[in-house]
Amino acid sequence: MQKDLRAEETSDARKSPTRIAFMKHRMAARVKRESEEMVMTFPNLVVRELIAFEIMVIVLAVVSLVFDAPLEWMANPDHTPNPAKAPWYFLGLQELLHYFPPVVGGVILPALAVIALIVIPYFKINIKREGLWKENRKRTLVILLVSVGIVSIVLFLFRVYAMLIPTVAVTLFMLLPYFYPREDGVVGRLSGRPLSWWIMTWFVVIVIVLTTIGTLFRGPEWSWTWPWNGTY
Amino acid sequence: MKHVMGRLYTSQLWRSMFRHGLPDSNRTRAETIFYNFFLHIHPTKVRKRSLRYTYTWGLGGLSFGLFIVLTVTGGLLMLYYRPSVPQAYWDMKDLQFVVSSGQFLRNMHRWAAHAMVAMVFLHMLRVFYTGSYRPPKEFNWAVGVLLLVLTILLSYTGYLLPWDQLAFWGISVGTNMARAIPFGLGEKMSFLLLGGNIVGENALVRFYVLHCFILPVAGCVLMGIHFWRVRKDGGV
Repeated sequence: MQKDLRAEETSDARKSPTRIAFMKHRMAARVKRESEEMVMTFPNLVVRELIAFEIMVIVLAVVSLVFDAPLEWMANPDHTPNPAKAPWYFLGLQELLHYFPPVVGGVILPALAVIALIVIPYFKINIKREGLWKENRKRTLVILLVSVGIVSIVLFLFRVYAMLIPTVAVTLFMLLPYFYPREDGVVGRLSGRPLSWWIMTWFVVIVIVLTTIGTLFRGPEWSWTWPWNGTY
Repeated sequence: MKHVMGRLYTSQLWRSMFRHGLPDSNRTRAETIFYNFFLHIHPTKVRKRSLRYTYTWGLGGLSFGLFIVLTVTGGLLMLYYRPSVPQAYWDMKDLQFVVSSGQFLRNMHRWAAHAMVAMVFLHMLRVFYTGSYRPPKEFNWAVGVLLLVLTILLSYTGYLLPWDQLAFWGISVGTNMARAIPFGLGEKMSFLLLGGNIVGENALVRFYVLHCFILPVAGCVLMGIHFWRVRKDGGV
């Protein structure tokens, strides 16, 4: 064995596989010795999975006994309901179509959302764990304000207040740790959030707001209708 | 009784199916996992931390659970359903008034389908917010996003099948969105999907085949990859 190599091994025979690591003294990275507590999959995990599944089936059965699936009159191409609504998970999209031209609202934005979701882990910026304001604070502030500004102007021009208000609100929360730096509390926790966290949160808030509006607040001619005046 | 069961567990028939003894030692507990086709996706031991319910909220597992419920109820519904106009709608009425527990069957399928869209979306959020998309799991994240898209498509294709007003206009609105795809591509895609220019009987048959065969098979393949990768990347 070479002089600068040293053998380290686990002698705990109950654990497998036994790892042997040869390390040079100069090596910066240490082989981490992880000793997480392990339990047998059977019965611990398998039983828990079964219980969770059974509870879910019971809840589903109870819901199915109480609430009937909707069924309207037979399809009639000559009689268009007003408004004609897609299933609820597409009502955010339908709400977008109300503001933007079909190519933008129905094709480009949803396609961008799916592509953006898929590529998340392939960009270093999304892997970073450091808080948004950890380094280059001034530069971050300028980039943030410029990009939010551009998005806001576009949203304002298209009168998309349903997206503009959440965008501004999320931005204000982003700026909070910059202007009121705190170590603990809500602001302390917010200051530890990386950029990817903020973008995803913004996306989720927009999806929820648009879907809720499309589902509960839109009536005939896609006009604003309060839910207590009837849902469509 | 104990004696009879003991004889059973040691019989050749039982042993030919289950090659291990009862799970009363850690050795046989491990064998219970890796000699079982359905359980061998799991490792024989898991980190104690991953048992905690609030670790993942069980959202991925429950999504799969909903898929199982949907496969079972969907298979039964297929027995009473003809994908043609206007029989499709009358079959809904038969489920409501003629078939024993038909309404319950349809309710279960409907609510489970809605729940699955929400559950898969929530699972994606959980994975994101716990940072579980980070390397080496980046490919599995991408597979997961495709599974979310497939889930929505499954739910959407099923939406047309009752052939009521809700179904017809819901699908008309959706396919009109697809028409907006530029360069004439949207028109072509919507024609391919509907088997015509409007939502009619051809569309019903196509959505039926997509809903009951093509999309579930694609989903099963992707799920197989997804679960296998979870395990390979160090999960349960």
